[in-house]
Parts: sequence; structure tokens; C-alpha cells
Amino acid sequence: MAFDSFSAFIAMDGHGPYVWACYAVFFVLLAVMMIGSAMAKKSVVESCRRGYEFQAEKSKVATSKPSASFARVNVSQD
Amino acid sequence: MHPIRKKRLTIILFLLAGLTVAVALTTYALRQNINLFYDPSQISAGEAPSDVRIRAGGMVKEGSVVRDPDSLKVEFLVTDYSASVPVEYVGILPDLFAEGQGIVAMGRLNNEGRFVADQVLAKHDENYMPPEVSDALEKASKNQSKAAADSIKPAT
Amino acid sequence: MWQIFHKLGSPKWFFGISTRFMPWLLVGGVLLLLAGAIWGLAFAPKDYLQGNSYRIIFIHVPAAFLAQSIYIMMASAAIVTLVWRMKLADMFVKAVAPVGLVLTFLALFTGAVWGKPTWGTWWIWDARLTSMLILLFLYGGVIALDRAITDDKSAARAVAVLVLVGVVNIPIIKYSVEWWNTLHQPATFKLTEKPSMPAEMWVPLLLSVLGLYLVFGWLACIRMQTEILSREQRTRWVKELVMKGKS
Repeated sequence: MAFDSFSAFIAMDGHGPYVWACYAVFFVLLAVMMIGSAMAKKSVVESCRRGYEFQAEKSKVATSKPSASFARVNVSQD
Repeated sequence: MHPIRKKRLTIILFLLAGLTVAVALTTYALRQNINLFYDPSQISAGEAPSDVRIRAGGMVKEGSVVRDPDSLKVEFLVTDYSASVPVEYVGILPDLFAEGQGIVAMGRLNNEGRFVADQVLAKHDENYMPPEVSDALEKASKNQSKAAADSIKPAT
Repeated sequence: MWQIFHKLGSPKWFFGISTRFMPWLLVGGVLLLLAGAIWGLAFAPKDYLQGNSYRIIFIHVPAAFLAQSIYIMMASAAIVTLVWRMKLADMFVKAVAPVGLVLTFLALFTGAVWGKPTWGTWWIWDARLTSMLILLFLYGGVIALDRAITDDKSAARAVAVLVLVGVVNIPIIKYSVEWWNTLHQPATFKLTEKPSMPAEMWVPLLLSVLGLYLVFGWLACIRMQTEILSREQRTRWVKELVMKGKS
């Protein structure tokens, strides 16, 4: 340890505010960027999933209709 | 490599080379404006304009600092070891200001060739070391000069 | 050889391989960065001239170093975009430009806070500081241009050209302290010479530079994956991947 006491470590011979401000801004910004990027990926995955589910539902409805019309066509041809 | 890609690559490389040359010429033409400060030898050679706000940079000459006891006025010589310029300044100096340290002063050159500064900034070099090491280095260089002086003296 | 190169350009392949590396990049990067910062803050000896304020170097240098090397990586990717029209290269530029912007800002900010107690000023228009500010604007310009053009393909080309034009600024940043008189000191680290600081100072600095590199690697991967997912959502492999992750 390069300092005699914890208070000397905080004060850094009067340069404390400068040093600690730099480290705080650096790590806060870096953390914000990392968490933000992770959350952005999560939300894209989420929106993709919702899109696929919506499509699946729509295609279910869509396929049920032609099958009904098929039946009617078959009946009419009989 | 596909011929089209080869063509694209050569075009890009040519453009980059042209751009580099253009920027190099511009910065070369502007080099005096890009330089932050004038060296003492440039100032004493008369290259710096007088009565215009300019910056002067160099080392504070050892033993040249004269502090006015009643005010914050300081006078010192700035040198690049081939020429030096007298500087006067009224105000608070940065912590790193010391004899043998680099500084950059902003101000005007008066008619007598004295530099009247209104701001003095400290410049430090790229060397970092713990205080003990720098003390040891200083001691070593002193011992060396002492040893050299001793060797000149006739042995008693 | 070209086959491997083109395989590298496949988003699906990249997604798989990056998922495998990312935990290591994150854990290794954060550990190294914290180790370097704590060592530098608490255990490295103080400087004979600047005292304790020099401890800012342990984050200032990594941020400035990364800011420049990210730009060089972006320029290489821009060449790939223009010559080979590879989607992944364009995604890389898009994904890392904001990271470069933040790191350039951090380099300028920590430099300003360091300059106040040592030089006596927050800011001075010397060649090093000014060229670094230009780098900040270049990153900003890249991001703005990419947002301004809605079509992915034309945005990719315009951005690539801008990135390549800006790359001349990188040697100017690097050599500004040698070509011109500046207040900023020359580089402490040179490839050909021993660093001009003792090992108990440069080892923690090296750790934090490496750590930030790995953290950047992780950031680049996760941001590129985000980009891939949103651009390739119509492909079957993305659909399978997303639906598999849900169960």
C-alpha cells in the first residue's frame, strides 16, 4: 500500500477530488454502456420472439380459413 | 481476388493516399500555427511577433527565479539551453512550477525583448518515477560530480 | 484462404462463435481492469513530480489507447465493407462507434481533470488535445450519418467513406506530440524502447489496458449480436435461436 492510512488514501495529498472524480466517471460510464448494451440485446430478442408468436398466431388463423373454404369447394363439386 | 473487388480496393487506396498527401501538405503549411509555443531561440532570433499575444515555452533556468517579496510578481529566465528569454509574471504559479521544469507562458513580448506573461502553465515530460528513485538519481549525479571534482584535486 | 474469409462474414457463424467467447471476455476484462485500477490507485508508488494526481494515468491511457485503436479497427472494417460488401463489417462499424465515442470522451475528460492540477488548466488548444477532439466529432459524425440514412446498404457505404476519410487523423493524434510543440508530454510507451516508468507503474497500466481491451471485445460482440438479431430476424436460424432460448 502506497498510503499510510485510509484517510490519506482518500485525500491523495489534496489531489483526491481530481483522481476520484476521474475514476467515478470512468467506471460509471463504462458500466452504463455495458448494462445498456446487454439490455438492448435482451429487448431485441424479446421483440423478435413477440414477432414470431404474432406471425404464428396469424398463420394459424390464416390456415384455418382456407381449410374451411376447401371443404366448401369440395362440397360444391360433389 | 475478384477483379471488381481488386479495382475497388485500388480506388480506395489511391483516394486514401491522395487524402494523406493533402492533409500532410496542409499541416506542413500551417505548422507554425499548430505549434503551441515559440522556443526561446525562435524568440531571440526575432521570429516571434512583438506586441501580439503569443506563447513561449521552455525550461525555467536554474537559479534564475526572483520572487518579489511584497507581491506575487515573479521573474525568471526561460531557456532551451541555446538561448533564453526573460519572463515576468504576476499571479499564482502552478504546483509543478520549479527551476529546471518545463513551462508554457502566455503573454506579450515587449519592445525590450522581455516576455510579460498573464498565464503560466507547467509542462512535464513523459518520465514517471517514485520519489525515492528520483532522490537516489539526484544523489548519484551529485556524487558523480563530486567524485569528478575530487579526482581533479590533488590527492592529499 | 478466401473461403475462411467469407465464412468470417457469415452472421450466423459469428453469432455462434462469439456466444462461446463472451463470458471469458467479460470476466477476464472486468477482473483485469479492476486489478489494474486498484493496483494503480492504492499500491503503485506516487510520482516524484506530480504526486498522487498522476494516478489518473491508469484510466486515461487505456481510454485514449482504445479510442484510437477502435477507430483503426473501424477503418479496416470500412475497407471490407467497400470492397467485399460484407454485412458483418458494416455491423461492426455501427456497433462499436458509440463505444469509441464514449471512450474518446473519457480520455478527454480524464485528461482535463488531470491537466488542472498538473498543468494549471483544464483545456488548451494544443495539437494533441485538438486532434483528440476531432476524433470525438468523427465518432459523433459516424453515428449521426448512420442514423440519418434509413437504407442499410447506402448507410453502410456512406459511413464507410466517412470513417476512411477520418483515418488520417489517427497518425496526427499519435505524432502530434513529436511533430509540433505541445503542452501534452510525449508518449511514455514506445514500441522500440523501454517504457519511461518503472515496472511497479507500468505493470498496472498494462493490466488496465488489457482489461479495457477485453471489455471492449465483449461490448463489440454483444452490440453486434443485437445488430444481427434485428437485421436478420426474417431468417430461419434467428427464429430457431430465439424460440429455443425461450423454452
